[in-house]
Amino acid sequence: MPPVLELRGITKQFPGVLANDNVNLTLEKGEIHALLGENGAGKTTLMNILYGLYKPTKGEIFINGKKVDIHGPTDAIRQGIGMVHQHFMLVPVLTVTENVMLGEETTRGGMLNRKQVAAEIREISQKYGLHVDPDAYVKDLPVGIQQRVEIIKVLYRQANILILDEPTAVLTPQEVEELFGIIRSLVDQGVSLIFITHKLKEVLAVADRITVIRRGKTVGTATPAESTEKSLAEMMVGRAVELRVKKSEAKPGEPVLRVENLVVKDDRDSVAVAGVSFEVCAGEVVGVAGVQGNGQTELVEALTGLRHVESGTITINGNDATNVTPRQVTEMGVAHVPEDRQRDGLVLNFPIKDNMMLNTYYNTFANGMVIDQEKVQRISEEWAKAFDVRTPSINVPAGTLSGGNQQKVIVAREFSRPTRLLIASQPTRGLDVGSIEYIHSRIIEKRDQGNAVLVVSTELDEIRALSDRIAVMFEGKIVDILPANRVTKEQLGLLMAGSRPDNLGSVITEDVAAPL
Amino acid sequence: MGVSTANHPAPRAKRASQRIQLDRLIDLLLPLIAVLGALVIGAFILLLLDVNPFEAYRAMFWGAFANKNGLADTLVKATPLMLVGLGIVIAFRANVINIGAEGQLIVGALLATFLGLQFGGSLPGWVVIVLAVLGGIFMGGIWGAIPGYLKARLGVNEILSTIMMNQIAIQVGYYLLRGPMIDPAELEAGTNIPHSARLERVVDLPRFTDIAKSLGFTGTAKNLGLDGIQAEIYGLLAEPTRLHTGLIFAIIMAVLVYIFLWRTTIGYRIRAVGLNPHASRYAGISVKSYVVLSMALSGAFAGLAGAIEIVGLHHRMFEPTAVSAGYGFSGIVAALFGKLHPLGLIPSSILFGGLLVGGDKMQRAVQVPQVFVTMLLGLVVIFVVSSEIWSRRRANRRVSVDTDEEAGE
Repeated sequence: MPPVLELRGITKQFPGVLANDNVNLTLEKGEIHALLGENGAGKTTLMNILYGLYKPTKGEIFINGKKVDIHGPTDAIRQGIGMVHQHFMLVPVLTVTENVMLGEETTRGGMLNRKQVAAEIREISQKYGLHVDPDAYVKDLPVGIQQRVEIIKVLYRQANILILDEPTAVLTPQEVEELFGIIRSLVDQGVSLIFITHKLKEVLAVADRITVIRRGKTVGTATPAESTEKSLAEMMVGRAVELRVKKSEAKPGEPVLRVENLVVKDDRDSVAVAGVSFEVCAGEVVGVAGVQGNGQTELVEALTGLRHVESGTITINGNDATNVTPRQVTEMGVAHVPEDRQRDGLVLNFPIKDNMMLNTYYNTFANGMVIDQEKVQRISEEWAKAFDVRTPSINVPAGTLSGGNQQKVIVAREFSRPTRLLIASQPTRGLDVGSIEYIHSRIIEKRDQGNAVLVVSTELDEIRALSDRIAVMFEGKIVDILPANRVTKEQLGLLMAGSRPDNLGSVITEDVAAPL
Repeated sequence: MGVSTANHPAPRAKRASQRIQLDRLIDLLLPLIAVLGALVIGAFILLLLDVNPFEAYRAMFWGAFANKNGLADTLVKATPLMLVGLGIVIAFRANVINIGAEGQLIVGALLATFLGLQFGGSLPGWVVIVLAVLGGIFMGGIWGAIPGYLKARLGVNEILSTIMMNQIAIQVGYYLLRGPMIDPAELEAGTNIPHSARLERVVDLPRFTDIAKSLGFTGTAKNLGLDGIQAEIYGLLAEPTRLHTGLIFAIIMAVLVYIFLWRTTIGYRIRAVGLNPHASRYAGISVKSYVVLSMALSGAFAGLAGAIEIVGLHHRMFEPTAVSAGYGFSGIVAALFGKLHPLGLIPSSILFGGLLVGGDKMQRAVQVPQVFVTMLLGLVVIFVVSSEIWSRRRANRRVSVDTDEEAGE
């Protein structure tokens, strides 16, 4: 029996860039096939070719042994290929049924036939254990359920080859487990599935076979049984990598950042940070864990002067830092790696060197009003070298760099000046293993130099790897602050979902939260 | 890019750099292609009017560039275009759009005239010129800062508010020229034409011919035995034409604005705010203040253009819309055509000045209405803007290909 899907010798040449170079991939019926690779390795290009969004330069696609030409998503859907994108494409104000039928409306006498579609959704939902209410409004659903709506959308279009693009990026650990359950029940019913990811643990947990691509080429195919995280990471990066950050025991000193009863509102004027208190001491890393959207963004913005504080106080280095300007925060010795590097961290159209001086152009790099171009050039080159920014020149726009190198520009800028406090928000979001390893080691280095470090991340692995203490945020409050080495991933997951696990004794809570 | 140079054989890197050079060349040529496109469409319209397009265009370019008087007029018109355009460049770089240069130019001209009349007899000429120019800068700056402040503070759309400020400036101008500032001679004669008295001659900005005379070039081309191009160039520089030193001033300003935008901290902030206000805020820049500042500077340059028109060319204030003469709008076209670069403005202003002058000559030669040039300018705008969008899209595609598809590190 021929494989459900076979990609043979797919090559995609963009002007000056070979995104896919003779890539081969076979998907057997009822198989979970993980496509593993760093960001920029060419995974998404490959899937976009399969989905008809790009035309391959060379190569052939076979479905059930028959050669097919796919000219667009409509063709792909007709061939039974369904894609669940990393960013959901749902209309929040419509119901599940309405979202599912969008673009494929079933009508009766010219009117929308919601009832019939809802019935079909119930059927699909039951068959695969999705538990989705067709009448619910999408905006009321948690992210994990919204993702299932996306899955229903493609199943409703009779897809039997499912592509999931980084599906776990937005989920809590518990939701990830549930998703894996759903994936298994899908393949049990005969659906074949391509699972795109760069997370090694997930691949090992759920895949039947793993294909690794690096720099547009297939490096190899493996099974989880014969692989380890380390072996996969090495295939992905092309060299030996250190998965765990090497770090010694923290030696906390004086508190550098002290936050008391902080209340902050979000853009819609509702309370996002609801009375938070904690401190971060010199020489320790405090990690703030939580599902995206539980007030972490607003907390960091308030700490860095980007958002108004309603009440409560922020003290940095003994100075009052409540409602001060971003400039004042910087001058108090704070380095800030912002959550959204392209929005806040860089001016993408500026050359790298102009981004290197973004926070200090007026003092370090200027004599009075005149910018010292020679100094900018010299120091930027120095920093780019010290932080391994890979670029032909520091005069090219920052926007032309890969995500990892963009982040390195920010890290170079923020870590190269003398600071007492480092606030890093999602420091490695969307980065490849190599860059993550590098940035993590730099953060720990900063800690060991005596900086107080606050790391905010939705990636539990990252929080656990870096933190000495972990604060879990849920609905604007810090549910608990725990020592990193005394808490399990499961306990954190429950805390992130807002429930206090019983097995977390009161003893721990008291002795860790004591500094408050 | 570094990845490809590091990991692929040299020919690939070479090809990539060739591609980049080709792209640059195309980007540089685009404005010229835009002009050609406008001229081709204009040619069809001329055919519809039963005019031979070659003859018409010949009259136009000949009239604007091929003799000393035409060239002098072209450069005289290029001067305000350049100054207004510099302000437009600053605003665009801060990502605010100033459609109010007309009004800013008018109020600048009004205050310059007022100061010139007030001090013309009592202070030395050059002092009055400096005063008038500073007055123009100041008044235009205020006129630009108001919509800037409204935008920063209350989120008022600057396109609407600047257009409205234009109307206010025009009507204030008419009021002043019919009332307090009217030429007493008009009142005596009872004709009541709305214009001011002529400024004292000491307040006139020196013309090229004045300077040439003071340097000893008193002869004419004819009695020096020059002919052809030499005669025209000598004539342009030394014989009496309307060409005044405002042009030199404008070119110096263009260089200064270039230095200001790319070499000073304030210029850096303006460009950062324009490209990414979020990152600018993160970097400790007060985004709102720089929106106001860039609008004020933009208005100041238009006001400066107005003052220079008064002391350099008109020597009195008359009907506001005749003084501004649409420079506030054609300055935007010149700025876009100059790729929003201060130095690019120098050639683009001269070209557009030439179009304006040439249109006049064409009207006389082949009886095509002067508004044909206005239409031509409109066509150029459409072509320039769409070619801008086209080249930006190409640039974006390049960038996104590079970031998405380049093997990440």
